[in-house]
Amino acid sequence: MSNIPSELKYATSHEWVRNEGDGTVTIGITEHAQDLLGDMVFVELPEVGDSVTTGDDVAVAESVKAASDIYAPVSGEVIAVNEDLEDSPELVNSDAFGDGWLFKVKLDDAAELDALLDAEGYANSIDED
Amino acid sequence: MSNKTVLHAKHIEAGAKMVDFHGWEMPINYGSQIEEHHAVRTDAGMFDVSHMTIVDIKGADAQAYLRRLVINDVAKLTTAGKALYTGMLNHEGGVIDDLIIYYFTETDYRLVVNSATREKDLAWMNEQATGFNVTITEQPEFGMIAVQGPQAKAKVATLLTAEQTKAVDGMKPFFGVQAGDLFIATTGYTGENGYEIVVPQNQAADLWQQLLDAGVKPCGLGARDTLRLEAGMNLYGLDMDESISPLAANMAWTISWEPEDRNFIGRDVLTAQKASGEQPKLVGLVLEEKGVLRTGLKVLTVDENGSAGEGVITSGTFSPTLGHSIAMARVPRSVKLGDTVEVEMRKKLVKVQVIKPSFVRNGKKVF
Repeated sequence: MSNIPSELKYATSHEWVRNEGDGTVTIGITEHAQDLLGDMVFVELPEVGDSVTTGDDVAVAESVKAASDIYAPVSGEVIAVNEDLEDSPELVNSDAFGDGWLFKVKLDDAAELDALLDAEGYANSIDED
Repeated sequence: MSNKTVLHAKHIEAGAKMVDFHGWEMPINYGSQIEEHHAVRTDAGMFDVSHMTIVDIKGADAQAYLRRLVINDVAKLTTAGKALYTGMLNHEGGVIDDLIIYYFTETDYRLVVNSATREKDLAWMNEQATGFNVTITEQPEFGMIAVQGPQAKAKVATLLTAEQTKAVDGMKPFFGVQAGDLFIATTGYTGENGYEIVVPQNQAADLWQQLLDAGVKPCGLGARDTLRLEAGMNLYGLDMDESISPLAANMAWTISWEPEDRNFIGRDVLTAQKASGEQPKLVGLVLEEKGVLRTGLKVLTVDENGSAGEGVITSGTFSPTLGHSIAMARVPRSVKLGDTVEVEMRKKLVKVQVIKPSFVRNGKKVF
C-alpha cells in the first residue's frame, strides 16, 4: 500500500494538493501515481503566470512506460514550478510528496479545496481502480 | 494460470514487481528499471531468461533439416560451439520466430527460441521434420540466466571451477560451451559483453544467489527492453511477426543466399521480394528534444520526388544511456539514412532523424 499523507488533499486523477495557508497551494502527483507510471524521464510543467482552471491538462509526466496528463486540481495562477525536475525528473519517483512537487498555484477560490478528496477518500478511490 | 520460472521466489525475495509476460510471471523491475539499465551498461546485471525455450535437434539429418528450416545456412558453422542468429519463415516468407542456433556437430544442434512463440515454433518444427531423420527435443528442465555488462565476465569468473574457467577462457563472441553442469554462451540481448548461462533447475536459485553475492544486479524486463532497443536488436511480436518479411525487419544479414541450390523455406518469396525492391525497411529514429517515441506511432515520410509515404514505430522508448528517445520504425524503402521524417506525437508533428537501427554498443553511442 502506498503512502498517503493525511495532511494533503487529493484528486481522483492522482494529483495531491498541499494548502500552504496563505492562499497558495503546492501540487504534485501521488506516490501511487508515480508507482503506476514507473521511472520518470521528462516532466513538462506549465509556465509561471499561466492561469489554470480545474480539470485542465496543464502538465505531462512522461515515464519509461507512458506519457500521462496531469490535471489542475484547482483554479488559479501558477506562481512557481519545480525547476529541479528539468534535470532530475526522478525526484517524482523518489520523493513524490516532497522534492518531487510540480508547481504552485495562487488560488482563485479557497473553497475549491473542500471539493477535493481527503486521504481516506483517495485511498478508497485507488482501491476501486 | 501463469507459468513461473525456477527463479520466481528469488524475484519476490528481491522485491521485484511482477507482470504477466506471454503467460509467464516475470519481473518488470526490482525498483528502478533505469538504474538496472545503467548497471548493465557500466557494471554487471542479470536477467532471468528461464522462460525461453531450448530445443535440441539431433540425428543424421540434423544439418540438412536446419538448412531447410531457417534462412541462414548452418553449414557455415564448422567450429564446435559456434552460434548463429537467424529466422524461421512460413511459406509466405513471414517470420515465425527469430532464434539462435548453436552447433556442436553436424548431427547435434541446440536452438533457443522465444517463449511467446513456443507452441507454434514446436508445431512448425515437427511438421517440417517429415522425411528427415531428426529428433526434436524440448529441454524444459533448465533455468537460464543472462549476465551482461562490462564486468559480467569477471564477476562470473569468481564462481567458476577451474575446469569451467578453462572451458570459457578466450571464448569469442557468439559461442557456447558445456562446462560441467553449465552451458555457458557468449551471447546476449543488451549490446554488452557477458554470458547467457543454462543451468539445471535444481542449481538455478543457488547460481542466482552467488551472482547476487558477487555484486551482479538483478534486472527486469523493463531494462531488458531499453537495452536491446539501444543495441538495435529486434523484439519478436513488435519489430517483426508472421506477416513481416525479414527484408522488412533488418534481418537481411541473417539470410544466406549462397549456395543458390539451398532450398530454405520462404526462399522463392524472398527472392521475388528482393527483385521487386518494394519491401519497406526497418530503420532507427532519434529524437533529441523532449518526448518519447512510442510503439505504434505513425511516421510521415516524403521521398525525393515529393510523394508522401507512411511508416510506423515498431518499438520506441526513452534511451537511459543517451538521455533522449530512440525507436525502430518500419518505413518505405525510399527513406534514406540521414533523412528527417515526422512522427505524430501527442497531437503534434515532431521531426526525427533517420539512422541505422543501432544506438549503443559497449556503453557508447554508435551513431
